[in-house]
Amino acid sequence: MSERLPILRIGENLLVSIQIDLDDQTVLNLQDDLAEQVVKHSARGVIIDITAAEIVDSFVGRMLATIASISRLLDAETVVVGMRPAVAITLVELGLSLGGVRTALNLERGLAILAEHAAARAAQA
Amino acid sequence: MTGRREELAAGWIEVVSRTLATRVSRAELDRELHELYSAIVEALGSGGLDTGAEAWTEVRALLVELSRNRARQGFSPAETAVSVFALKAGLERQLDQGSPGDVAAYLTLSRLTDALGMFTVDSYTTTREQIISSQAEELLELSTPVVKLWDGVIGVPLVGTLDSARTQVVMEKLLQALVDTGSAKAIIDITGVPAVDTEVAQHLLKTVVAARLMGAECIVSGIRPQIAQTIVALGIEFGDIVTKATLADALRHALRGLSDADSVRGRGASQA
Amino acid sequence: MTVPGRDTTADTVRTQPIVTSDDVVRARQLARTLAVECGLSLVEQTKLVTAASELARNTLVYGGGGRMDGEVVSRTAGRGVRLNFTDHGPGIPDTDLALRDGWSSGTGMGLGLSGARRLVDDFVLRTEVGEGTAVTVVKWTH
Repeated sequence: MSERLPILRIGENLLVSIQIDLDDQTVLNLQDDLAEQVVKHSARGVIIDITAAEIVDSFVGRMLATIASISRLLDAETVVVGMRPAVAITLVELGLSLGGVRTALNLERGLAILAEHAAARAAQA
Repeated sequence: MTGRREELAAGWIEVVSRTLATRVSRAELDRELHELYSAIVEALGSGGLDTGAEAWTEVRALLVELSRNRARQGFSPAETAVSVFALKAGLERQLDQGSPGDVAAYLTLSRLTDALGMFTVDSYTTTREQIISSQAEELLELSTPVVKLWDGVIGVPLVGTLDSARTQVVMEKLLQALVDTGSAKAIIDITGVPAVDTEVAQHLLKTVVAARLMGAECIVSGIRPQIAQTIVALGIEFGDIVTKATLADALRHALRGLSDADSVRGRGASQA
Repeated sequence: MTVPGRDTTADTVRTQPIVTSDDVVRARQLARTLAVECGLSLVEQTKLVTAASELARNTLVYGGGGRMDGEVVSRTAGRGVRLNFTDHGPGIPDTDLALRDGWSSGTGMGLGLSGARRLVDDFVLRTEVGEGTAVTVVKWTH
């Protein structure tokens, strides 16, 4: 019954919202789909919106870290936005630090981080 | 009891009002006790002396209400229980003129009154406990305000002893405030905290890490020398958490971070 | 070995078989339903459901499938949710090692058991090599 989450494209960025109670296969599908889409669209940024996620367990946490690493290899920056306080407290207790994953309070701030990132890239070029 | 209704009820009310003096109006007592009296008579009428039985539901409800009101108005348990036990005094007076049959009836009613009295004290205690626990909760809420210090900067000034429960409340309130205000910076000021133990320090640490996971930075300010010594002596690792001596220093740091956030990327703020 | 919450009065037990990946999702949903019924705070609910997710996945991946039994229990100091995960898999040869952070025999991050233990109030692990594993957890209201 695993499904595929829709990935939206906004300019150079990809946006995916985790809104349903995901089974593990859907999580793995998302990982594959995002990698594919980053390459296909030459995306520079990926935003994963978890505002609606009631829990993040070690499996989903690992997926977030993996997506961030894969994107970085493909030259895209990943920002996880909208983590709920209860989820953050639980992750700390669980012992998951999401190393290497950038986070922002909300979508707006996430987009701002990606814009900074793009500006810095343009300055370097 | 039905026959000498008015007489008995009047004697009862008199004893009760003497004890409670002016703290409850006579009219209110009249209404309260008459209602109770009728309910007891009715319950007795429908048979059974078991005050836990269905016939006594009305009486129990009235007693719960009575003890609740007394508890809220700050009466002592004795002052509350007298409303029930005084019924005996009224009955005793009738006893002087009574027959042996009356004595037996008195003893039965006396046992009944005792049961109702115990029930009253029980409900009184329950209400008091509810009041105490809700006050404790309110106090916890009051003692942990989250204030907006600047656009994008919130502060939590902590005053008094921090225990594990209170620190947890602070933690949740602070993180929720980050979301509600969209603030990416938070300052936890512990100038007013006399001591910090391992558990509290761990809770503070976890708060900072949780805020980071959400994409915000926490600064701890106002660490007094003794507390700094405790933290080091306990071997608690504060890691790369930003700490400042005063709230002013912390605010300066936060504001600098805010303006930087627009131009420099990769600051520790959102790097978990 | 004492079983947490055994001396308490229990509601009806609800069971969720854990055979497929979808069942892990259903186990989480049952845990959430019980947590809400029991009156756990939002943070406590989140901790319990996350623990249930970890343990249900363990049951599926390492135990080869099994079941979760959940119920609301009460004691004098309040109510709680008890979840019981059982499988008839290979069992855990070294429980101390399995409960250590970072240890993993499968594909997880090695936080499943140790992480779940930190998220609940009571945690009992019973395992027999070749027989299977049972994990019982309770989260109490505070």
